[in-house]
This record gives sequence, C-alpha cells and structure tokens, in this order.
Amino acid sequence: MKPVTQPLLEIKNLYQHFDLSGDFLDRLHFKNGRPALKEEKVHAINGVSFNVEKGESLCVVGESGCGKSTVARTVMGLLKPTQGEVRFAGERIDDLSVKDMRPYRKRMQMIFQNPYASLNPRMRIRETLEEPVRFHNPEWNEQQISDKVDEVMASVGIDPTWGVRYPHEFSGGQRQRISIARALAVDPEFIVADEPISALDVSIQAQVLNLMTEAQKARNLTYLFITHDLSVVEHFASRVVVMYLGTVCELATSKTLFQTPKHPYTRALLSAIPKLETKKPEFIRLTGEVPTPVNLPSGCVFHGRCPYANARCMEEIPKLTLQNDGSQVACHGIEEGRIPD
Amino acid sequence: MALLSIQNLEVSFGLRDGPVKALQNINLELNRGDRVGIVGESGAGKSVLGFSILNLIAKPGFISNGKVLFEGEDLVHASQKRLRQIRGDRISMIFQDPMMTLNPVLTIGDQMVECLHAHKKISKKDAREVALQKLQLVQIPSPEKRLDQYPHELSGGMRQRIVIAIALIMDPDLIVADEPTTALDVTIQAEIMELLLNLCEQHNVALILVTHDLGVVAQVTERTVVMYAGRVIEQGPTDEIIKAPQHPYTQGLMNALPQNCLPGQLLNQIPGSMPNLQNIPQGCAFNPRCEFVKESCLKERPDLQSTATHDVACFKVHPERSELLSTGNGSDVKERA
Repeated sequence: MKPVTQPLLEIKNLYQHFDLSGDFLDRLHFKNGRPALKEEKVHAINGVSFNVEKGESLCVVGESGCGKSTVARTVMGLLKPTQGEVRFAGERIDDLSVKDMRPYRKRMQMIFQNPYASLNPRMRIRETLEEPVRFHNPEWNEQQISDKVDEVMASVGIDPTWGVRYPHEFSGGQRQRISIARALAVDPEFIVADEPISALDVSIQAQVLNLMTEAQKARNLTYLFITHDLSVVEHFASRVVVMYLGTVCELATSKTLFQTPKHPYTRALLSAIPKLETKKPEFIRLTGEVPTPVNLPSGCVFHGRCPYANARCMEEIPKLTLQNDGSQVACHGIEEGRIPD
Repeated sequence: MALLSIQNLEVSFGLRDGPVKALQNINLELNRGDRVGIVGESGAGKSVLGFSILNLIAKPGFISNGKVLFEGEDLVHASQKRLRQIRGDRISMIFQDPMMTLNPVLTIGDQMVECLHAHKKISKKDAREVALQKLQLVQIPSPEKRLDQYPHELSGGMRQRIVIAIALIMDPDLIVADEPTTALDVTIQAEIMELLLNLCEQHNVALILVTHDLGVVAQVTERTVVMYAGRVIEQGPTDEIIKAPQHPYTQGLMNALPQNCLPGQLLNQIPGSMPNLQNIPQGCAFNPRCEFVKESCLKERPDLQSTATHDVACFKVHPERSELLSTGNGSDVKERA
C-alpha cells in the first residue's frame, strides 16, 4: 500500500562502488605462484536509504570522503548506482536512458560548490542562462526565453542588463547567484545543492542562503542540501542525514538532532563546531583517522574511532532503527541502551 | 622590546593602471606568547599582512611604506640572506593547504631535516632525532614510521600536523598561521586548533592566526584584529570583540553567522560585497554596505580610535570625530548577547 503523500524522492538501498583495479594487466598479479586477478574498489556509498518529502530541505552532512557528494550525483543521474534505486515522484529514474531522463532533468536541477568552475568562462551570463531554457522549452520563441531569463536574473538580485558580462566580471557571491538563477530558469521542483556556500565568505553565505530560502518559499521548492558546515544545517534544514564512510548513521529532524544527538559520531561532530565563546574548546576527541573507503572496516564503519565500541560493533553492521522521538539511528550501543545520554 | 612591531605598514601591488594599495596604515604589536587573530573576508588583506611579516610578498606586490620590526630589526629592508636566517628559525609560517606546502617527492623526514640543516650544523643522526621529537610533540601516531613516508600517504589532518612540526623544528618565537584549518574537516580542525593552542602556551610562542572563521579566533586568540578593504577597522581583546563588537561591519559579520539567528528565519545579511581595492569608496570603505551610514561617512575616512575596551574606526562609535554628525553617541551601539 502506498502512503497517502508520496515522497518526492526516494533512495532505496543505494550502493555506489568505483573500480580502481584498472585494465587486465594492472589487475594481473601472482598469488602463491599462480596468476590471479585482483580487485580493488572504492566503496563510496554502502546501502543508503532515505526519502525527501515535498517542500522540505533535507541536509546531508558528513566529513570529506563520506560519500555525500556521491549521493547528490547519483540522485541527479550523473552516476549510475552499482545497486539500489532512485525514485523521483514514484518513478524509477536511475536506469533511464539519456533521452528518457530529459523530462526529469527539467524537474530537478543542481547547484555546484564552486561558482568559479561551474560557469563557462567563455559564455556571457545571458547565454549561460538561456541555454537550459531553450533546451527544455523548444517551443518557446526568443521573446519568451528572454523574458524568462530577465525574470530569474531579477529574482536572484542580478540586474538583467548585466547579462552581456562574462563570469569573471562578477564576485563569488554574484556568481553563485547566477548558478542559482540557472537552476531556477527551468522552473524545477527539486534542487540538489552540493556545498553551495562553502566557497563563499561569511557575509556572502548569509546572502546566498537567504536567497535560497526565499526561492523555496516563492517557488515551492524541495532541497537536497549537501554540506559539511553544521551551523548552516541547524539553520537551514528541516531534516538532517548524517553520513559516515558511505553509510547513514543518523537521520532526524534538525531540531531533534541538535538538541539530542544520539549517534556517537553525530555527538563528536556537533561538539567540534567552533563556538563563539572565548573559553577553551571542549570537544569529544575522536581517536584515529577516517578509514579509507577502499578497505571498509567490518561491522559498524565507525567502530575504530568510537569510544563505546565493543565486540558486536566490530562484527555486525548496525541498521537504522526508529527511536522514540522519531529519529533513526544506526548504532548497536543506542539499541542496547549502553550509551549514556 | 616587543617581539614584533608592525608600524604604519603599507603594501602595494603594481598593476597596469598604477599601484593599488592592498594594505594601509597597519599597526600591530606582539609580545612573546601573545596570540593574535586577524579576521576578514577574502580581499580584506589579511593574508597579505601575514605574508608581509616575513617579507614574502611576491611581485608585483611590494612593501611600499612602514616597518616590520622583529626584536627591533627591520625586516622590510633586511637582505635576502638575513631573511633566510630568520624564516623558519625565529619566525615560521603555516599555510592553508598542507598538500601544497609539503614537497610530494621528498619523505617527511627529509623535509623536516632540511630545515634543520639550513639553520645549524647538525649531524644526520641528531637531526633525525630532533625531527622525531617534534613529531611526538604534535601527537602523530607511530612517528618513526612517518619519517620515511611521503605526504600522499597521510591524511589531511596528519599532513597539517607535519607542517606544524616543521614550523616548530627550530623552536621559533613567532608562528604565522594562514588559515591553517580551512582545508580540514571540523573534527580535525578542533584537534589541530587545540594542539596549536597548547603548543603556543607551553613553549611561550607568539601566534598570528589569519582566518575568516570567527569561531576559531574566539577559541584560540587573546586579541583580534578585524580587517576590511586593507585596513584595520576594529581591534581589541577577543572576548570583547566577540561579545560586544562595535564596528557595524564586525556586528554584521557576527549577526550573519547561522548560530546567531533563529532556525527557519532569514539570516541577517550584510548587503553588497567587499569593494575592489582598485575602486575603494571615498570616505569609509564600508559605507555602501553600512546601515548607519551618515553624510560624514561618505566624505571622510574614520581613523582607528580607542573606546573603553578596544579600538574602532567608525564615526558612529566616535561621533565627536565628525562635526557633521549631529545625533547619536557611542553608547547607542546595539548590545550583543
């Protein structure tokens, strides 16, 4: 039975592995005097499932290498998943051909991290913005396209008369506004934003975040927001997915997550945010380094750095389980109640 | 005598349309063991200031005026030979990206020892011993193994620890750290910052921390210098600046932090962006973005003036500095929790 309100985006048991082995000769090696083929894979995402509801801003947080950007790219169809499904408005989209994907491309757009790299330096801003409009609305005439571009430029606070300029003539904040305008130009329902403010200064970050919030209200947008900056998450997200080494360790509403973080990794992450207090920092020290996704640890991927890990954590992979307050946590310690609040 | 004294420093960049002043009228004094944070957005000149202390400004930039006195010795006019003696020995620098700082084709041990050999006569065996000690100091697990590894074999946090170990190898009096944790994750950032803070406290090393992150400054430094468009606009004890910023720009910067806004509401943004240095507005450089702008701000540039707690360059805080300002006084600056 389907739920009454269908989630806009469903990610089901997603796996994304990248092959590092190379060609036949690279893989060939000798084991006990016999030729054998070795296999080496980056386990970027390992069994990630979550839904994005219509109208919400779901934030995915985690440290570098945790697979958050890979999730974003797989959702957008820029990568084919190794295993698992991506459904958009109920329809499976991860196995579509380029041509069948086209109608969905109009409905879902992406904003990238670095506005210096994501805008073509040899195209005028107006050309950059016209391109997606023209491509996705082939029946429109030039006047309609031009009106649409004027409208989106004005809505992100860029004077439409600046359309003749090139990207290098704009500041970082303005360029990110232009990237947002490009995403909005085809009237999408869903926007994936991969670290859209990480390359910007504090005062400009606030401008861009406000712009995104306003656009969400005005256009009824749904965001999948990828970031490593937890202070932004608390402000912007309605729900948060915390990722570590390609798996989801906690999924909760933003309020619950920041008030009562449960997973030991989430707690450490929250305690590491530099606070605006002049006393000496108190943070949960994580021992060790993030393991590489090439050789995943057995059991819970966090056990090597977790202060509460025991024998079970080293063997059995924890599953996301629903907690009393509605959050979902993947941790044996929480399940057994042996981690203090 | 102060350990470091920067007097009236001015740095210019010779461009085709004439020189552009990237830093103007910078004064800063540091004693042994002081920790000072330099905060600002990109283009404020904070990195240029960090580089100019070691006279590392690359062409077309040059120090066009002022002095950088290190224990009374002027580094601006020092010979290259003398500068090489000071760099890495008395003053060392930590850069933003440890992958760019470390040489990818030399082992960690070679790079650490290189600095020792450049500054004193020391046997290979002793040098390796010193390198090992420093690696232990920065809490690197299995340091002996690391000496023979290459930078690419280590994680970002580990590399930055190595860079800090190299910076400490000659027991310097001053460390200039230019955004040392910007390229790192938050959990690693917290560790590196704690390490840097402890090392400076234990060894009485002075630290100049250049960063855009007010949270980091709040936790590590005692004094803060806020820069905007190549000038210092506010300076004073860090806790005062964090608790009660006086300059509208500093206030705006603090208010724009998501921590200081209610979730779900719009952030308090500062409109506009940092002016291009070739095109700095007349009067106060912040005037196009300032909500308290008055006529006097457009005409004249406010100087850095001291208040009870710190120094601010703003007519709003020092209304007596401008005869044109008829209303308002220093006490009406909004109280910040």
